Amino acid sequence: MKRSLLDILACPVCKGDLELVVYEENEEEILEGKLICKRCNIDYPIEEGIPNMLPPELR
Amino acid sequence: MEVYPPSEDSELLLEVAMREISLDDEVLEVGVGSGFVSERIKGLCKFLVATDISPHAVKESKSKGIDTVRTDLCRGIKKKFTLVLFNPPYLELSEEEKKGGWLEKAVNGGKNGVEVMVRFLDEVKDVLAESGRILLVVSSLNKSIFEEIRRMGYTYSIAGRRKLFFEELYVLRIQRR
Repeated sequence: MKRSLLDILACPVCKGDLELVVYEENEEEILEGKLICKRCNIDYPIEEGIPNMLPPELR
Repeated sequence: MEVYPPSEDSELLLEVAMREISLDDEVLEVGVGSGFVSERIKGLCKFLVATDISPHAVKESKSKGIDTVRTDLCRGIKKKFTLVLFNPPYLELSEEEKKGGWLEKAVNGGKNGVEVMVRFLDEVKDVLAESGRILLVVSSLNKSIFEEIRRMGYTYSIAGRRKLFFEELYVLRIQRR
């Protein structure tokens, strides 16, 4: 996902802001990483450039 | 086959979307599937992002250069969009037709085929700009949807239609009342 996509993503549970952690990135986008909701204590993985905003029980 | 293949409903939605879209539009496609529609309109607007709940669909969509998010409908998205597209699951499946898996999820609309689209019309309010438009595919078999749309505070017009063997497909253009 492009870094700019972070601006339009929110925690699907509490709708709060997310903190980005990047594991792997190229010139265009983040390939591997995670988005963290500190309030809900949930990590949303970014895999192959795709953020997964499903709550853990639906993944 | 794990992703819903482009069909008459996809083509009808694309046809109407091409007429509706403008270069100023910020577009969300919910349930992007293979990416058939988004791939063809992403160059015709200011911004486009797509979602799908299926892990197979998001990979296929992403591979076509579409900014894709895996989520349930539009949960976890916080932008306001001027145009939202959705070709939802609209069939009511019999017990024998329920085979499970992601492909079933792409077509199974629950009772009367309207359960997913009704939930969508409720949740999309969070991401729809004040004068934003929704293009929603429905079938003539989804009899109760027209009343549901009005009940939920929207108005609609029929922006496209196509007759199939046992039903007619419509693309409804929906806005807040």
